Amino acid sequence: MAITLSGDQAIAPPLSSRLTPAQVWGIVLLAPYLLVFLAFVVYPVCYGLWLARAPSNYVALYNDPIFARAAVNTLIFLVIGINIKMLIALFLSGFFAQQRTWIKWLSVIFILPWAVPSIPTILSVRFMLNPEWGMVNHFIFTLTGDDGPNWLNDPTIALTMAIAVHIWKSLPFWTLILITGRLAISHDLFEAAEVDGASWWQKFRFITWPSMQTLYVTCTLLSMIWTLGDFNSVYLLTGGGPADLTHVLSTLGIRYLRLDQLSLAMASIVCAMPFVLPLVYFMMKRLSR
Amino acid sequence: MKLPGVSEFSWRDVATEARLLLIGIPVFLWTMIPIYHMFLFAISPKEDAFSGKLWPDHPTLHNFEIVFKQQHYFLRDFYVQFWNSVVIAAAVGALTLVVATAAAFSISRLKVPGGRMVLNLALFTYFIPAAFLAVPMYRTMGNYGLLNNHWSLILAMVTIASPYAIWVLKQASDKLPVELDEAAVMDGATTLQIFRLVYLPLMMPSLVAIGTYAVLLAWNEYLYAFLLLSNDQEITLPVALGNFLAADDSPWELLMTTGFIYALPPAAVYYAFRRYMVGGLTAGAVKS
Repeated sequence: MAITLSGDQAIAPPLSSRLTPAQVWGIVLLAPYLLVFLAFVVYPVCYGLWLARAPSNYVALYNDPIFARAAVNTLIFLVIGINIKMLIALFLSGFFAQQRTWIKWLSVIFILPWAVPSIPTILSVRFMLNPEWGMVNHFIFTLTGDDGPNWLNDPTIALTMAIAVHIWKSLPFWTLILITGRLAISHDLFEAAEVDGASWWQKFRFITWPSMQTLYVTCTLLSMIWTLGDFNSVYLLTGGGPADLTHVLSTLGIRYLRLDQLSLAMASIVCAMPFVLPLVYFMMKRLSR
Repeated sequence: MKLPGVSEFSWRDVATEARLLLIGIPVFLWTMIPIYHMFLFAISPKEDAFSGKLWPDHPTLHNFEIVFKQQHYFLRDFYVQFWNSVVIAAAVGALTLVVATAAAFSISRLKVPGGRMVLNLALFTYFIPAAFLAVPMYRTMGNYGLLNNHWSLILAMVTIASPYAIWVLKQASDKLPVELDEAAVMDGATTLQIFRLVYLPLMMPSLVAIGTYAVLLAWNEYLYAFLLLSNDQEITLPVALGNFLAADDSPWELLMTTGFIYALPPAAVYYAFRRYMVGGLTAGAVKS
């Protein structure tokens, strides 16, 4: 539908007379974005791919234990972290759809993590988890008389905490979207189910889930793509440490960059592409209908 | 005399309410603890902050005074950095609006040849994680000679904000009836007049939403700011916050105070424009 005039004017007069004034304006108005796109997307991407062309980069990556660890961490982050987050969001969307004044107010507060910038709040969590002075270990000590764990110095706990921070930050956004999905379901369906004496599980299984599953899957995939780029949750909480054991691909790329190994940084991103591109393709199919 | 029906009914209500509270209270605590912790540090003297108390023995606004008077090594450029953040966020908001509105008008209303393809390319950029583009972007900005210049961050953020902006604005413009443009053309309006007098006023709610989105995105950005700017006089507030961690004995109470000040404007903007944000953005973000 974009090209509407090519059909009846196929006998090619000069370009300027083929375009209506509106189309000339169309090109002029599209030009700023095209310039931005060429200068800051196309050129960097091509340049980056050119830098990452040598096979030796991939051998170096393969031999770097930090890269393997980062790949595994990223996978854990995406597969476990995102699914837990989306399940909680699905559950909470049901909670926030309840008609109560206090729940309305709570939903306003609940948005806060998404509304405030992530840097100060992540650093706040970082200090809470400080083994000596942090609030969490003080609390554990007061309750049990024992010292709490050395949170961010244990790679497993540190990665778990990074995932928790990520969930804390982005849960409100996804819950909000799932609430809109839930509110779009016709209320008559639930009333009819009520009359038939359906349990809450049956209502969820046969009314809510069928109407929401497409949205839910779309959200999960989109969240996975975006979480690949979540640099802050890991970098500001653990800095990739201890001993570079909690890196994910996004922080690893920046680590190589800081070490002046730009071609390795690009190669690590290229390695992620076989996973990213199918997801992106799928999302574009879905959203550009 | 007891009314069994009524009392049974209200007992069920109480049970439902209790179950809802059982969810609501943990949700409230989970949401508030990191934010409260930041606030607690902002109003605590150093000794209280490090003692793990839930409320300081001597709450004080002294930390704010230190920040506002720039009385600490880490804070000596506070106002410059705050101003950098403001300028960059405003520039990104304005430029994104110009670029994206023009593109959306061109694609949706003027049906420019190849518009569909540009839209798909924009969507594609939107889905590629921004942290992945950061690596080549850093090098590119170096090649352009823009490193340590505010323009590098502004242009990078416009690049990142535009795709989503174009997409949302295109969706919104598709909803405006074609008859409006046709009627304006009949009355002899030029394309620019249609853009200015018909299109822009009708698009106002979406433009507010997208402008807010771009401003918040730029204000909150850490990764690109920290890669592209490094000079103390050029960096934005979030980078300055990150730099606090460089020292072993970081003044965490001042870090949290500055963070609190930095977090207030976006939170205020968000809540002020919440209606637009929820309507304009979440509806557009994921179409089922």
